[in-house]
Amino acid sequence: MIKAVMMMNTQGKPRLAKFYDFLVRCLPVEKQQELIRGVFSVLSSRPENVSNFLEIDSLFGPDSRLVYKHYATLYFVLVFDGSENELAMLDLIQVLVETLDKCFSNVCELDIVFNYSKMHTVLDEIVFGGQVLETRSDEVMKAVEEISKSEAASNSISLVPKSVSGWRGGR
Amino acid sequence: MDNLFQRSLEDLIKGFRLQLLGESSFISRALEEIRREVKATDLSTKSTALHKLSYLAAIHGVDMSWAAFHALEVVSSSRFHHKRIGYQAITQSFHDQTSVLLLITNQLRKDLNSVNEYEVSLALECLSRIGTRDLARDLSPEVFTLLGSSKSFVRKKATGVVLRVFDKYPDAVKVCFKRLVENLETSDPQILSAVVGVFCELASKDPTSCLPLAPEFFKILVDSRNNWVLIKLLKIFSKLASVEPRLGRKVAEPICEHMKRTVAKSLVFECVRTVVSSLSDHEAAVELAVAKIREFLVEDDPNLKYLGLHALSIAAPKHLWAVLENKEAVVKALSDEDPNVKLEALHLLMAMVTEDNVSEISRILMNYALKSDPLFCNEIIISVLSVCSRNAYEIIVDFDWYVSLLGEMARIPHCQRGEEIEHQLIDIGMRVRDARPQLVRVSWALLIDPALLGNMFLHPILSAASWVSGEYVEFSKNPYELVEALVQPRTDLLPPYIRAIYIHSVFKVLVFCLGSYFSAQESSSGSSSTVYESILNLVNVIEIGVWPLSGAYDVEVQERAKNVLGFIGMAKQDIAKNVNLQDNDAEACRVTAFMEDMFSEELGPISANAQEKVCVPDGLELEENLGDLEEICGKFLKPVESDSVSCTDKISFSVSKLRIRDQQEASSSSTSLPAKASSSLLAEHRKRHGMYYLTSEKNDPDSNGTPKDYPPANDLASEILLDPLDPKRKAKHRKSRPVVVKLDEGGESRITTSQAKTKQESVTDDESLSRAIQSALLVNKKGKEREKCEGNSNLVVQEEETSRIEKPQNSEKKKKKKKKKNGERTSGKHRSRRRSEVASSSEQVEIPDLLL
Repeated sequence: MIKAVMMMNTQGKPRLAKFYDFLVRCLPVEKQQELIRGVFSVLSSRPENVSNFLEIDSLFGPDSRLVYKHYATLYFVLVFDGSENELAMLDLIQVLVETLDKCFSNVCELDIVFNYSKMHTVLDEIVFGGQVLETRSDEVMKAVEEISKSEAASNSISLVPKSVSGWRGGR
Repeated sequence: MDNLFQRSLEDLIKGFRLQLLGESSFISRALEEIRREVKATDLSTKSTALHKLSYLAAIHGVDMSWAAFHALEVVSSSRFHHKRIGYQAITQSFHDQTSVLLLITNQLRKDLNSVNEYEVSLALECLSRIGTRDLARDLSPEVFTLLGSSKSFVRKKATGVVLRVFDKYPDAVKVCFKRLVENLETSDPQILSAVVGVFCELASKDPTSCLPLAPEFFKILVDSRNNWVLIKLLKIFSKLASVEPRLGRKVAEPICEHMKRTVAKSLVFECVRTVVSSLSDHEAAVELAVAKIREFLVEDDPNLKYLGLHALSIAAPKHLWAVLENKEAVVKALSDEDPNVKLEALHLLMAMVTEDNVSEISRILMNYALKSDPLFCNEIIISVLSVCSRNAYEIIVDFDWYVSLLGEMARIPHCQRGEEIEHQLIDIGMRVRDARPQLVRVSWALLIDPALLGNMFLHPILSAASWVSGEYVEFSKNPYELVEALVQPRTDLLPPYIRAIYIHSVFKVLVFCLGSYFSAQESSSGSSSTVYESILNLVNVIEIGVWPLSGAYDVEVQERAKNVLGFIGMAKQDIAKNVNLQDNDAEACRVTAFMEDMFSEELGPISANAQEKVCVPDGLELEENLGDLEEICGKFLKPVESDSVSCTDKISFSVSKLRIRDQQEASSSSTSLPAKASSSLLAEHRKRHGMYYLTSEKNDPDSNGTPKDYPPANDLASEILLDPLDPKRKAKHRKSRPVVVKLDEGGESRITTSQAKTKQESVTDDESLSRAIQSALLVNKKGKEREKCEGNSNLVVQEEETSRIEKPQNSEKKKKKKKKKNGERTSGKHRSRRRSEVASSSEQVEIPDLLL
């Protein structure tokens, strides 16, 4: 299973962190932040042009590996265990980035910063409960668009404060 | 009206980025705001506040568990937007200890039954991440319904949730498993990959319980073209083949097909990995896999290179030929810039080590170590050390060379493995007699080098070197220089306990030299003045060197220094009267002889299991508790007549000795009143503070769980190690290889390889889960069996058929104990049939223990 998905920038600021491993989730928030910092310190010392895999038993328990990819100013990190294939995980990062690209058109770090919930929606379609659910970015896009539509629909009502909804007569 | 003025999440983020200093104050201000807003009754305000809070918690590590109840309120809203925010907050912050966890069940149930598939998916996601046992139990009917839903979107996610539900509540298997298996036959590739993913996880936890589904998996393996599905299937088969070897034969062919046909590197790698780890008996498959590995190794892409080496290292234990074929690639990889690649190459190189090439490989590696960064350098050192010392150095033929290698390692600038080298130096010294001269030579070289004293990683090595020099001083060429090195002022840099060892070695050298001087005196008629000069020099040097230490702060150093100085003081007088030393009553002579005796007897290594080999003699009670101490003490408080006191003279067990000594002192001084006083003091104390004393076990029948490991001190004392065991000596006659003293199994492997992976199993959960799966499968299989074959006839129509029949049997034969074992095959079909009947009749499968 996938134990965690993380995105952090090259200064170590986390932009997204989602933990699926049962044990890690029970840790207090500070410990989770420590994990993120630990991963960042390992990543920042890696030279360029080396393999994208790391053993990370010390942080995430036995049989933990991570794959990372460096895009511009962001590190995309996936932590997984022995029941996932390394190259497949590398592909998954690719899928995630492609989807984000389609979602935001030429995604950059700022998009990720400001669209926190949409990021989560996208990620939730791809990785669910630690399992890979969807690997085709167009399918993910479809689902994400549907969700945004229904959100927008439910949101438009809330623009009208309750106190005046009666006067407006509903939409 | 509130939320018109409320800051939304975007405002928060913008504000955060705009403010230049005071990040924490910004956060705390925002938190205050949020706390106010979240208490509002208006759900929109609440949800926006919650949204901001979850953002702060996720990115900035703010604790949000106090908002749990508010999250629940937000989730109950009918608007999708609020629901999403609420569920996100819940998923992020709820854990097993959240107090309001109970309240969420109903909400989840409502949402799971909703028509809007996105609400369903929200609820499923929430369940998959925070699911507890109760939640799983209460919601498994809904999950069951969703597993059969017509919308593939929902079915996909329900499959994903199943894993968590099973994990927390194994009985859910009975309800949901059938649907899960049905989903195996679906044509939708995404659902299939989800289902197969779930089975992959289940198989890694317990392969035997998924064994009955092997035929279905096989079908998919042959038919499917989806890489993700195939990868997961390969992982499943890898686990299954390790418990059922015949499966390997069947599966090897399709796997080879895939390996040849596919373009996807991930699939190729997974095939290779499966073949090499679980199907390693099938030569054709292995050869194909090794060919593919070679392709990986010559790629430029560092990822592929690393994975190729990794696969090779999995193959190494059983197929060393594969590693040897690719030797050049491995050696080249040692100098790669990628640390992963280097490490794998190092491990592979170590796997290739044999008696003949150990010196050559070590030479290569030492050169690399000198050139590398500290991390890799130490990795090299530790792997060389561990390989060479495996099985009591069985790979080493030339110990002289190995000992000088150890000395060389100490000279490598980045070496931080002092302790291991120390251990090996001393170990070799004790076990291999013939290597002692070389050891002494190497130690001498290390000791006289003042530069090494400054490096604190090397201190353990120096302590070993000094111990070796002192212990085997008879092999040293120049004791005078040795002593000079041992007392040089720069040894101040050493920590006290090592200095103590240094001083003790000086003592041993001194005794040796004096001993030989005195014996030379006796044998020859007179002494030559040069010999006299030299011994006097030696003694003077020692005295000058050790004298400052007699005032040292550390107790050990001080004591040993004073011992040495006292001995010198006594010996000096007798050396001075050198001419008439025919007199054997000279005190120094006698004392020296005595000391020599003491140092000459060797303490061999003792196996860790030696104590267990001593049979407990009759009458010795090892388990009695100390509550009877008063009675026992009372016995020994009597003065000297009791014969048990006399035998305690020989005891080395210090506590009893102290007690006896105290008692003897007490009794020898004036009256026995103080002795009696001590025991009555105890009684008095007990009377006054009785409630604080632990109850003795005799009076307390239900405290049998308390550890009974405090034997009455004096009983045990008479048994201690008066007879040290002789270590077993195995002579190895192989090409004049020196004798290495070996012991039985106790404590040989000191260095644990970092590659040993420990799998933590939560025993009871896994057990109940696998039992549930087996019973569910059995119900399925029973139905199919009745259709296909009647009764218990031994139809061997196809191998698959037999395997299908036999596999349920095998799955039943699971031990009900803690360790997993491979299923044992039975010949008696009738026995299995009775068992299957029993199994299907009762809900809980009672698996009998075969090995009883």
